[in-house]
Amino acid sequence: MIRLPPFTYLAPGTVDAAARLMAEHGRDAMLVAGGTDLYPNMKRRQFEPKVLVGLRGIRELRGVRGSASGWTIGAATTLSAVTAHPGIARDFPALATAAGLVSSPQLQNMGTIGGNVCVDTRCNYYNQSYEWRKAIGFCMKKDGDICLVAPGSSRCWAVSSSDTAPVLWALGARVRLIGAGGERTVPMPALYRDDGIEYLAKRPDEVVADILLPPAEGWRSAYLKLRRRGSFDFPVLGVAVAARMDGDIVRDARIVLGAVASLPRPAERAAAALVGQRVTRELIARVADLAAGPAKPLDNTDFTHPYRKKMTRVFVARALAAVAGLQNGSAASEEVA
Amino acid sequence: MKVRVALSVNGESREALVPVHKTLLEVLREDLGLTGTKHGCELGECGTCTVLLDGEPVLSCLALPVETEGCRITTVEGMAEGGRLHPLQQAFAELGAAQCGYCTPGILLTATALLADRPSPTRQEVKDALAGNLCRCTGYTKILDAVELAALRMGRQEART
Repeated sequence: MIRLPPFTYLAPGTVDAAARLMAEHGRDAMLVAGGTDLYPNMKRRQFEPKVLVGLRGIRELRGVRGSASGWTIGAATTLSAVTAHPGIARDFPALATAAGLVSSPQLQNMGTIGGNVCVDTRCNYYNQSYEWRKAIGFCMKKDGDICLVAPGSSRCWAVSSSDTAPVLWALGARVRLIGAGGERTVPMPALYRDDGIEYLAKRPDEVVADILLPPAEGWRSAYLKLRRRGSFDFPVLGVAVAARMDGDIVRDARIVLGAVASLPRPAERAAAALVGQRVTRELIARVADLAAGPAKPLDNTDFTHPYRKKMTRVFVARALAAVAGLQNGSAASEEVA
Repeated sequence: MKVRVALSVNGESREALVPVHKTLLEVLREDLGLTGTKHGCELGECGTCTVLLDGEPVLSCLALPVETEGCRITTVEGMAEGGRLHPLQQAFAELGAAQCGYCTPGILLTATALLADRPSPTRQEVKDALAGNLCRCTGYTKILDAVELAALRMGRQEART
């Protein structure tokens, strides 16, 4: 039996109370919603909080609401509920797809969208049992002081492994954070830092309360995921593409890559090359080449990193073709190698 | 920190005084004597500890009892009624869909939730629903066959009543 380490469990009834408890307990406390990421990590002793602040009982954190200014998704809404929501599936198919590709059906029933946005970064040298990590020598992300992927590096290179984060970034989502000192709403890019350990730019007492999506208004989107098996596995590459089309001319576009860095990585030059253009196979090939540029996978996930880099180009091309309606052949949203 | 938890398991109210960090899986097996729920990887990567929470399949190895108070918990022990096997259990036994049997409770419960939602699923829908349950013996074919047979029988039963 791999048991959880002991902790005290607090179950506040409001987000404000949760934020206050987090501020009060400081570094000893962690937030938990679905628990599907935190509890396995705690069992492997990657986190040993003395206090857990449970968000499950907070009603205001659940549910999907639509209005003229867009959609609001409560952070503790389960991934299943996001996938099954007809408004989300209609307006943001990439988001429904991404939420429906997280791990397995059981974990989608438990895991939340806020949890997936904040999911811990991953690495072959980190997501291992305590005994394994001890035997090989601890890494800087937990208990050690060097990076085992890049021993000369002063930083941690663990990989952002969220399926929904690149999609929300591409869709122009914002996140409402409620902390002990008040609330603020930030665009998705401002939630992340390029560091495998301190990968979130929010304060520890800040609770992700809502995800805010602008109206879909002509935007189309697609998400493609690469992993070894058709279930369970985290992405080793995710490609999110969103484009606003005017006939066959692209008016606006965003391409965001997942699992190629410690945070979702936008391919800005590639997206800019689409704007004002008519989408053709030649343009797609050129943009896919540009998009693969910012993808710098290291040898710290499943599959070889040259393969993941190569597949970035392939997936960007497929996702663009899907968004532009040029798709032929398979419309599958993931590739299992 | 020990807490008193009041759980609704298979239609019965059960209470236990347990450390708060014990998982639902551990409490079901060690404190409530319900060993039908199996512990596999204990990290959310195999599905054998699946139970139903208000009818939805979830992993008991990653749930805390304090988080499941007020929910209806169904374990494999709650499937048979009045000494009669559930049609899924009957079909699994008849078609040899259980070999070592370790994944069976989790798969039976996941399939129960599927059939409650979709009484006549396609094979692809059965596969998709069971994508979170690993089986290392059967190669899955007999499991898929058994779920389809049970669906057929449950549909007929429904038609008769």
